[in-house]
Amino acid sequence: MSSEAEIVAPGIEAPDTDAVGQGGFWERTKGNVRSGNLGVLPVVLGEILIITYFAFSATNFFTAANFTNVILQMAGTTMIAFGVVFVLLLGEIDLSIAYVSGICAVAVAEFQLPASSHDYPGWLAILLGLAIVAVIGFAQGTVVARIGVPSFVVTLAGLLIWQGVILKVLQARDTIIIEDNWINYAATYYFSANVGWLIAAAITLLYGMVALSGALGLRRAGLSAGTGTALAKLAGVAVASFGTVAICNHARRPTACPEGTPLTETCYRPLGLPLAALLMVIFLVGLTYLAKRTAFGRHVYAVGGNAEAARRAGINVPRVRVIVFVISSVMAGVGGIVLAARLQSVNLNQGGGTLLLDAISAAVIGGVSLFGGRGEVRGALLGALVIATIANGLNIGGYSTGTIYVVTGIILLLAVTLDTIARRLQVRAGR
Amino acid sequence: MTDTPLLEIRDLSKTFGSVQALTEVDFEVREGEVMALVGDNGAGKSTLIKCIAGIHGYDSGEIVFDGKPVTIHSPKDAARLGIEVVYQDLALCDNLDVVQNMYLGREERDWFFRLKEPVMEQRTTETLRGLAVTTIRSIRQPVASLSGGQRQSVAVAKAVQWNSRLVILDEPTAALGVAQTRQVLELVKRLAEQGLAVVLISHNLHDIFEVATRITVLRLGRDVGVYDRATTTQQEVVTAITAGIPTKVAGVAETAGDAL
Repeated sequence: MSSEAEIVAPGIEAPDTDAVGQGGFWERTKGNVRSGNLGVLPVVLGEILIITYFAFSATNFFTAANFTNVILQMAGTTMIAFGVVFVLLLGEIDLSIAYVSGICAVAVAEFQLPASSHDYPGWLAILLGLAIVAVIGFAQGTVVARIGVPSFVVTLAGLLIWQGVILKVLQARDTIIIEDNWINYAATYYFSANVGWLIAAAITLLYGMVALSGALGLRRAGLSAGTGTALAKLAGVAVASFGTVAICNHARRPTACPEGTPLTETCYRPLGLPLAALLMVIFLVGLTYLAKRTAFGRHVYAVGGNAEAARRAGINVPRVRVIVFVISSVMAGVGGIVLAARLQSVNLNQGGGTLLLDAISAAVIGGVSLFGGRGEVRGALLGALVIATIANGLNIGGYSTGTIYVVTGIILLLAVTLDTIARRLQVRAGR
Repeated sequence: MTDTPLLEIRDLSKTFGSVQALTEVDFEVREGEVMALVGDNGAGKSTLIKCIAGIHGYDSGEIVFDGKPVTIHSPKDAARLGIEVVYQDLALCDNLDVVQNMYLGREERDWFFRLKEPVMEQRTTETLRGLAVTTIRSIRQPVASLSGGQRQSVAVAKAVQWNSRLVILDEPTAALGVAQTRQVLELVKRLAEQGLAVVLISHNLHDIFEVATRITVLRLGRDVGVYDRATTTQQEVVTAITAGIPTKVAGVAETAGDAL
């Protein structure tokens, strides 16, 4: 890419449409890798390596039941990490997400509390909880965007404040049990085998239709559509969705056997596709649409890339920032509900532990740049998958929590190093 | 080229606190001409441009656009009149591709907020082709991977595709090499040929004498003269930049300029 070679005297030849259009898949991938835009490539390769390693080193890792387990273990973190992606795209940070997720969980548990003055139905409790964290996100975002306090400080304060609120609310009771199925099903419901297949088919069909309409639109505008790429992607979606359902349908778990009988095959109950998996896909699709197909998403990338250029292009930069902090808090709330549903209760530890770092690491490992402007929503899903797989595999392999932290830390460091190198490559590929 | 100016500024003054940045400046530009704006550092070029673009307010003076007196208080006012400014380094987002940059802040959407990518891609291709910008291989590549000249071309194309009538270029060639400068200057000429009014700010007199139709010289916040490219010399313009005497201020000695 020497710049000298490209400078032809202008006006000599008009480029043909293909050269101006999207270019082939491999061409683009090669170009991306060379200019440091690695996308999700490293994380996918990493995940395959990790799975291979554990498949051979840990018994009971490479089983259908454990696959379902990993899905449930990653669900909460993934939801929170989806929100983190947007904040990182702006080049900001949100340290309050873990305890904001805790606030939402505690609020939801409080609202559904039976035998109290406010035993609302589960769906209403969920909506109220999300509304509360949306207000929190709006407040934090306003301080960052309109007043100009660095987001690190604002959300660090948020971290302390919301942790304190959780402690104050729960200090007398320690734990609130959640009995509402609207809430608990988020992490405990499994679809039956046939419904699972239907869902996989629906996802594949919908993806195919959207891809087809996009290709037709391009063709109508007289632009090349890249049929090969589209077909490969469709095949990937089909394999992923049907494969996931197949494994989940294969999974069984032991249930209580009648007194006195030995634990045999008859005592096992089939599992199926967890509702949490479908929820993750729904949010993945919705947020990807928001980030990639709407003007708002475009503006998020623009502000993260060059806030001044965005401002001069007429974008309301503070408004974009505030909305992103609302998204971050609401997704944290969604994650908090999923986490609470898994325990079917909330306790003093809600939002504590490594949740904050797991969520941010998930986004970063998934290829979202800490410097803003680069990354995809799906990166959060892949990153959370990597983190959950490592924790799960090491756990099954009998390693201590300490080892899990060390390994996760090393992976995170690798991811950020890769991002930094990629960024430098990109600068070099420019001019 | 028409004889009535598209933009005419009369007696524009602007102060920042106690600093008098512009004093009764006159300036005009016609459709189809490249008006160069030159002056030493601190002469008030940028301030004048920012007043026209609506980034600063001005204290007194009159702006006439297309024969009608107008007031410009914000960048939106300027955009509504068809005035676009191409800033030196702040115009593009590196992480977005060419199409995304061209439509930044004015995206085309259809039902459900969805962006109309095919339409934007097609129009971008047309705009670039219309300006004969042919060195960009793919308009779907991020701007970060373009050369300086290509980036400047995209920035200019972005400014002109919104039915703009007056394009102001702030030091468009300052950071470019020889070949890339040539590329951008060709583009500037083409804009004027298409009937736009172009204001070009530059420190490089060589560039200016290559593309400008007329040259306005500012010195210490006053305009010291308008020169016709065809009838002036670089020497004359340099003299005006360094020692020019404002023509309309009373009480200033009239001899210094002639002595040089």
